[in-house]
Amino acid sequence: MSQPSVIVVGGGLGGLWATVRIADAGFTVTLLSLFEVKRSHSVCAQGGVNAVLDTKGQHDSVRQHIIDTIKGGEYLANQPPVKSMCEDAPGLIRTFERMGVTFSRTPEGLLDQRLFGGVKNKRTCFAGASTGQQLLYGVDQQVRRLESEGRVIKHEWWEFLSLLRDEAGVCRGIVAMDLRSLEVRAFMADAVVMATGGMGQLYAPKTTTSTNSTGAAASRCYQQGAWLANAEFFQFHPTAMIGHDKTRLMSEAARGEGGRIWVPRTPGDRRPPRTIPEVERFYFLEEFFPTYGNTVARDEAARAIWTVTQEMGLGLGGGDRVYLDLTHLDQAFISTRLGAILEIYRKFAGVDPVTEPMEIFPAAHYGMGGLWVDFERAADGGIANGSVRNHATNIPGLYACGECDYAYHGANRLGANSLLSASYSGRVAGESVVSYLKGFAGTRPGVREDLIADEVARQQGLNRAIQEGQGSECPYRIHQDLGALMTAKVGVVRANPQLESALSELRQLAERLDRVDFGAANPWAHQGLVFARQLRDMITLAKVVAQGALARDECRGAHYKPAFALPIPAGTFPGDPAFEAYRARWQENNHQWLKTTIAEHHDDGPRIHYQEVDLSLFPPTDPRDYR
Amino acid sequence: MTEQSIHLRVRRQDRPDSPSYWQEFKLPGHPDHNVVSLLMALREHPVTTTGERVDPVVWDHNCMEEVCGSCAMLINGVPRPSCSALVASLTQPIRLEPLPKFPVVRDLLVDRTRIDEGLKQVKAWVRIDGLWDIHEGAPRIGPNEWAANYLYSRCMSCGCCMAACPQFGPHSDFLGPAPLAQVRLMNAHPTGRYDARERLHAIMGDGGLSDCGQAQNCVRVCPKEIPLTTAIGELGRQTTVQMFKDLFGPS
Repeated sequence: MSQPSVIVVGGGLGGLWATVRIADAGFTVTLLSLFEVKRSHSVCAQGGVNAVLDTKGQHDSVRQHIIDTIKGGEYLANQPPVKSMCEDAPGLIRTFERMGVTFSRTPEGLLDQRLFGGVKNKRTCFAGASTGQQLLYGVDQQVRRLESEGRVIKHEWWEFLSLLRDEAGVCRGIVAMDLRSLEVRAFMADAVVMATGGMGQLYAPKTTTSTNSTGAAASRCYQQGAWLANAEFFQFHPTAMIGHDKTRLMSEAARGEGGRIWVPRTPGDRRPPRTIPEVERFYFLEEFFPTYGNTVARDEAARAIWTVTQEMGLGLGGGDRVYLDLTHLDQAFISTRLGAILEIYRKFAGVDPVTEPMEIFPAAHYGMGGLWVDFERAADGGIANGSVRNHATNIPGLYACGECDYAYHGANRLGANSLLSASYSGRVAGESVVSYLKGFAGTRPGVREDLIADEVARQQGLNRAIQEGQGSECPYRIHQDLGALMTAKVGVVRANPQLESALSELRQLAERLDRVDFGAANPWAHQGLVFARQLRDMITLAKVVAQGALARDECRGAHYKPAFALPIPAGTFPGDPAFEAYRARWQENNHQWLKTTIAEHHDDGPRIHYQEVDLSLFPPTDPRDYR
Repeated sequence: MTEQSIHLRVRRQDRPDSPSYWQEFKLPGHPDHNVVSLLMALREHPVTTTGERVDPVVWDHNCMEEVCGSCAMLINGVPRPSCSALVASLTQPIRLEPLPKFPVVRDLLVDRTRIDEGLKQVKAWVRIDGLWDIHEGAPRIGPNEWAANYLYSRCMSCGCCMAACPQFGPHSDFLGPAPLAQVRLMNAHPTGRYDARERLHAIMGDGGLSDCGQAQNCVRVCPKEIPLTTAIGELGRQTTVQMFKDLFGPS
């Protein structure tokens, strides 16, 4: 083999950053994507990207960004990667700016910064209301430049199916499928980077993610031996707008500007909302959280909506929605302050939120967990630049970055840290791969041709089995049942009996998938076949999420199991014997559960073990106290 | 709310080289439906009005928030993203056809590679030394200039403007409005303008700016309301100046 080459799977922010960094170092990159890369889910991030620039007179500091990220994730993230990410954020922003990203400006023509949830300082760069789109386009343009110079080879409309490993277990390529012809073939490389995004479609349609965010690719790596970490941690956004196809994000700004959340006090009350008198309305966030009211944190709001709709049966029309009401506010004020986001509601719901309350519910938004990746700690407490271990999975030669890895957000993600982690992790993964390739001494023996042929034949066999399948099942209906099951039993609020029943129902869903029948369908661009394959891998992934949630008997970040909650005793403060007894219980709980969940695939289901978290910078000393 | 049925006519095509044909469907209505959610409902029960069970309609979609550009198609004769086409606002029967001017892959799925090729042809990027920190950003950009640029940076390559353009299509080499507007954007960037001459030369020949017939269809159908004709007008002035520079001296 002459010059080493790399495969990057996925063309969102993470994948494109990795691609450019590897190509910049002189190696050829083959980039595979399910669709044109600029259509990746990164475009959906609206709000912004965090980086400490300290240009707003607030004495913001990188140290504070690190602490906010660690505390936001309830200490579950390894601290060295978080430290390095926050330190490198301003440099990433400057690089994006050089690419031509249209960041919003101050009157002086500098990058503007706004305030975002969970922090005290203005730290979020933004580009109008389409930050993710602008960041992705910036890197997409650089990849297009490299492509025109022959340094990147794009294969759009190809789906990753499996890894190719040599006899030593080292990843040496992939098997992929052309989504039009269904041709299955091997792509050989010296390293593979997975940048395949999130898995929100496990909760469809109650998810804000794109339809291609299935998690199938990560699941396929897992089934071939890659570890999945912290899969049970899934962030639910409390205010997502109605939709049968998906739920669309309604910004927290709607609550911030004075929006009130309520349901009618009478179950099943079907009167038009504006005719329901004040006394018959239940403003439950204001009653549950007298101090914060409607602006309570994301996770608290989502749980309150869950309680009111699922346990008290007060959802609108007996369903799961609640009102987010702006109609009491001055129309000119809300149009000025919330114009862009209200336009989204008008466009997709066909209703004007200035005159009618919006109908919203919590939706699966971001998976903190994903493929386990390593890091090498440096003397300064961050990660060692250029180490081959950074973003390496447990399979030699296989790297992962972006939402499909688990590395930066612990048990919950801070707003506007997702575009940052996607970009940063892509850059780091790319640099690690370059070090890995440079470390090769001489040539390695090629992968045995029969191993490659066997894997291609196995994948073709899976296609054939679906094409020849008989029965009465439709994969799209099974997907709906999967989403409903995950939303109901592995969602905002969790309990062990429901998690156990979810695991057995997931096994039934997998069995139903054996009976999918497409008839004598035209095999050309057969989307149903492609989806049926993804769905099987989604169900496998859902089992990991449910198993991890079942095993973790505590509340941490987005994983909420009320039977194991440790509330601060009311009216007690540090120094009080009752508070100190509580602190001891909290420390004991950390001792048992402040650990990374790692799932390994076995034919009879995931096996879980735990790994210590690197807490070397800011060890947890005090419980979270929002009083 | 009463459930009225939705009447749908879909232009189908089995392969890139096969003839197209129409099929009709009736589905239960729902007040929330947009065209994507309608096609999702249809794929669970793909039976025509004559009772024939057929393959589900093939189409492209991803974000369903009108920001990825995947799901554009011809809806009642108008090119537009289908995720934001609310069924309640559409005259029935709703006619769905593939986005014209682009090769059909299957049914409503088309191949928009030509947009990508156009972007390459005009060098729609800012040339930078590499994706590493050089410890400074780009030069400042005033808020007014930013506001004008931002309009163009929201182009999601959906292809609606190209579909509506009488000059663009398999019959011509015309780049089309979307790649041209990116020349306007890149030439406005304080360092992107270093390569303005190359970009202008790329649109001064065959298939370039002068092929625009000023039908103004592009600006009428753009779902993001990008002022494409304004960009084309500005580029007309830039290319004229460039032509004089090319004639009378080095620039």
